[in-house]
Order: sequence, then structure tokens, then C-alpha cells
Amino acid sequence: MNTHINMGPVLFNWPVEDLKDFYFRLADEAPVDTVFLGEVVCSKRQPFFAPHLPEVAERLTSAGKRVIFSTLALVMNKREMELVRELCEMDGVMIEANDVSACAQLMGRDHAVGPFVNVYNEGTLKVMEHQGASHISLPGELSRHSIAALSKVATSDLEVQVFGRQPLALSARCYHARSHGLAKDSCQYVCDRDPDGMDLDTLDGDAFLAVNGIQTMSYTCANLLGELDDLQAMGIRHFRLSPQYIDMVKVADVFRNVVDHQIDIAQGLEKLDELIDGLPFANGFYYATEGVKARGPVEEFGL
Amino acid sequence: MKTEKLELVCPAGTPAALRAAVDAGADTIYCGFRDATNARNFPGLNFSREELGDGIEYARSKASKVLVALNTYPEAGHPESWHRAVEDAADLGAHALIMADIGLLAYAAEKRPDTRRHLSVQASASNPDAIAYYQRTFDVKRVVLPRVLTVPEIAALNKEINVETEVFVFGGLCVMAEGRCSLSSYATGQSPNMNGVCSPASHVRYEDKGNKLVSKLGDFTINQFSQTEAAGYPTLCKGRFVTQDKPSYLFEDPTSLNAAQFLPELMEAGVTALKIEGRQRGKAYIAQVVSAFRKAADAAANGQPVPPLGLENMSEGQKETTGAYNKRWQ
Repeated sequence: MNTHINMGPVLFNWPVEDLKDFYFRLADEAPVDTVFLGEVVCSKRQPFFAPHLPEVAERLTSAGKRVIFSTLALVMNKREMELVRELCEMDGVMIEANDVSACAQLMGRDHAVGPFVNVYNEGTLKVMEHQGASHISLPGELSRHSIAALSKVATSDLEVQVFGRQPLALSARCYHARSHGLAKDSCQYVCDRDPDGMDLDTLDGDAFLAVNGIQTMSYTCANLLGELDDLQAMGIRHFRLSPQYIDMVKVADVFRNVVDHQIDIAQGLEKLDELIDGLPFANGFYYATEGVKARGPVEEFGL
Repeated sequence: MKTEKLELVCPAGTPAALRAAVDAGADTIYCGFRDATNARNFPGLNFSREELGDGIEYARSKASKVLVALNTYPEAGHPESWHRAVEDAADLGAHALIMADIGLLAYAAEKRPDTRRHLSVQASASNPDAIAYYQRTFDVKRVVLPRVLTVPEIAALNKEINVETEVFVFGGLCVMAEGRCSLSSYATGQSPNMNGVCSPASHVRYEDKGNKLVSKLGDFTINQFSQTEAAGYPTLCKGRFVTQDKPSYLFEDPTSLNAAQFLPELMEAGVTALKIEGRQRGKAYIAQVVSAFRKAADAAANGQPVPPLGLENMSEGQKETTGAYNKRWQ
């Protein structure tokens, strides 16, 4: 069975030109199989890139990549529900539901379920599969034990995030706007100043979390490079890289090369450490401990 | 559609609190079993099977109802205690089960179809399509709305759904979409979704640093206080942090929700029930808060203005907010 390296949706507010370049480079150069497109975090950002989506999707598809469109994760008003409905009504495309409202729209047809929908156990997994989900990206806080138990019974493709800052929370409140003394309604899109999220430290100056609009993320960068073999042994074939504002083509190369045994884990970790620009690695959720912790091969690169 | 009378749904972490809530005029009590099947899995709290049976009997004798919260997400490979909790709560005569997990809802709908199902706030169903999904798929009769919606958004939502809605009006304020927050899990390894705890006491430490007291959760400083300040509990999202070189309560001040002033609007918006938070609170607190809200709900039902509740001293840090009900909060 093939092992797939997939690129999750860009969760940050990147300039349109950067986003286009990012996707064109993925199309031309990156050893990724599936690319997720679409705004997941904040509906206010959505209109900027929307006009470019057809061109980007076409370019990726022509390059042999599978494209999946991701829906918003927190749907709070009519306008946002309309956005989700419009996406789900598109013919001939695969959609990833990041809110149960999208699951409702997609019921009965082939679709994906994203990590913002809580698939924690076999009962929920079976309901999702019965309703047509063929690709399910598991929530980030699941442990190795849970992933293994789900993999044992899944008939769908299960995906695990193996790289990138970890999504931790969503709120009605925009913390980016708030930190700049702005209201959410007149946010001036200040989240674009932090293409990897805005660092949030403790009063002692310890790095702790990262703010991305209404989303709160880990300060650390999830890294399961050292656990790929273990994941594959339990039947996981889809690995998600969550984009950071770094050379993600090279990140994808590292994962591909480790999966293909072209380089070993230590070499891969060294390369990722050079690419990630100072963020420590973490994989605690996998080991059923604090998510911030680094265990196993990434230990020396952790906090 | 305008609601005629708002149902008052009140917390009980202990049998004594349950009786206090019933005696103070609660229409409905919600509580949970003493394990990870509910989202308030704190030491010394919650109900044994026998205590729940007695509690239901007591509530019934005073025409009150009891709801049982089974609102965590069953662990993969080990659904047994959640399944048993569904069966036992139904056997003991719970009026409804409050659940968030899709797999558990499916189990309850299949095995105990006659016991009402409510959708927990932990399911984070914040729009009509999501709510319609739970209604059509699992025949839920009521949804507890996440604390992310303004009052006009709640009114618009109620026009598009045909299940009852329940909203939080008093007590602790989750500022993140519930059921989709792993902050506690990231810092402590203990998760609201999986373990039923947030910022657990087992991971809290206070350090005396001479002129200041530092509160920590796991390895992280959540706040620090001068000697003249009262030191609050280090709930992660109510901590003081630094962004852009400036310290602030970026997520939320140490504050509590009090939406009493919105009761008439919530009635107008078609809300069925008001939820008071606080299963970890003692019976004196419960008695005072429930009787104040009993008066407030009755006043609203009679078209009278909501009287002052006198609950200022019951709030965290003696500060109150109307949270997301007021758009300015966002």
C-alpha cells in the first residue's frame, strides 16, 4: 500500500501572491499526493483568495495532485453557513468537513472529515464512514493507543498530522484583533502580520502558545517523523503536513525521503530543524502526555 | 417564536447541591456520574448510581427533572463505561441524557430510544445545519448552544431549527468553542474532551517569589499577583500572557458570565431553557444563585423587568461579563 504525504490547508493569513506561489511550487516540485485548499479559520479572510482557487486547483490537478476543499471550522452565522453550503454543493470535487454542518451537507456522498470534527472513537468513526466519509483526518490530541484502535476498525483512509503547529482551540473572539486593540468587526486583517502565528509567552518569558486570529495554536511544531514507522505498522497511510511559512517543499522532501528510507530519522530531524526557524518540536499527544512535550527521537529538539 | 416561560436548568455536583437546587426552585437539575464520562470529572464531585437514583426520586417528589451529562468523548478501544452510563442513567429514570459524541448518541438512540437526548455544549453545534444534523440523525430534542453566539444570532438560529435551545446565563465562562479546545491537554496532558477536566487542580502550583505570588499550571506560569491582589485559580484561558511585548489577559479576564439582563431578549429569541454553570460549587452557592435566577426568570415570564440579582460576590474576581451574547465582546 502506498504511503501518502499530504499538505493540509494553510491556516494562516498569507498574502495572496505568497499563497499562489506556495501552491504552484507544490504543484511543480513537491512530493505530496493530496493538497487541501480553502479557508478554515476565519471567514473574513476567505474572499481574498477565493478568485484564485479555480486556477490553483487546476494547476495542482494537472500536476497529478489530488485536491480536497476544506470547509470553515467554526460556523457561527448565516453568511458562514452559506459559504459552507456553497462549497458542499460544488459538483465533482472532494470536500473536507471541518464542522458538523458540513458533514450534514455531505451525507450520502464521498467526502473527507477534517481534524476539527471530533472523531475520538470507533462509534463515531463508524457513523462517519456510514455517512460517506472515505478520508478522516484525526484530531491532534489523540494518542498512539487511540490511533491504533481506530486504525484497526477503519475502512476509510485515516490521516494523522505529522508536522506543523498544532491547532488547539477556536473562539468567537479574535485574539489577533484584541491584541492590537481592535474589534473583530474592524480587525484590519492584522493577522497577516504573523504568517506563522503570533507568539504568546508567559509572564516569565517562556514561549507557550501562538495566536492565529480566532484560533489558538501550539508554540511548538508537531513532529512525528520518528513515529512514521510505528504509524505505518498500525496501518496509517496518510500523513498531513500543516503548512508553516517556511520551505514546505523541502519539508515534504524530508518526509518522503524518510518514508522511502532514502535518509534516516536523525538526518531528517536535522534537516527539519534547520528549516523550521527555531520552533521546538513536540509530540506529547502521541505518547498520551502533555502535548507540549517532546518524546522519542525529537526529544533533543523539544522545549 | 417567543418562549412563554424559561426553564431553569441548574447544576449539582453533589446530592446536597441537588437538593439545594430543587428547594431553591430549579425546574431541572443536571449532574453526572463519578468518572470520566462527564466533563466535570473532579475529585470529590458527582454521583454514584445509588445517589443518582435517590436524587431523581427527590427531584420528582418536587416536580423537578434530572438530566445526566455524559458529555465527554469515549476513549477509542474502551467505550464500555460510557455505554454503561447510558444504560444506568436510563434505568434510573433520568429525564434526558446530555451527550456530545456522535458515536455515543448513536448508541443511546439505538439502545435507549425512549430516553430523551440533549446535545451537550461540548458538541459545539453553533449553526442550524449542524443542529439539524443531530436532530435528524439522533432525534435530539434540545441543544445546548455554544457560548460563541450573540443574542440576534441565537434568535436567527431558533427560527431555522425545530429543537429546543438551552443557553448559559451564569457562572464560569468558557471563551473557547467547547469540545474543540485542547489547551489544557497541551499544558497538562489532561483534556476536557477525553478526561473531563480543564486546568486540573493536580497540575496547579503556587510559588511565593518574595514580592509576588506566581500561579502555575504544569510547567507554565499562568499569572502572578502582587501581595495586595487576590490570587486567582490558574484556569489557562483566564491567565495573563505576553504578546507584542505587552502583558494582558489576552483570552479573557478572570471573570464570570452573568446574562441576567438578557433574559427578556432570550425569551423573545425563542430560547427554551437557561443553564447555570457550577457543578463544582457548594450547596450554599447553588441555593443563592438558583433562587435569584428563579425570581429573574419568573419576572421575565410576567413581562416585568429583571430585578437586581445581588450575585456580584459570587463571581470570579467579582467581575462579570455578558460574554459573546454582546457582540462588542468579540
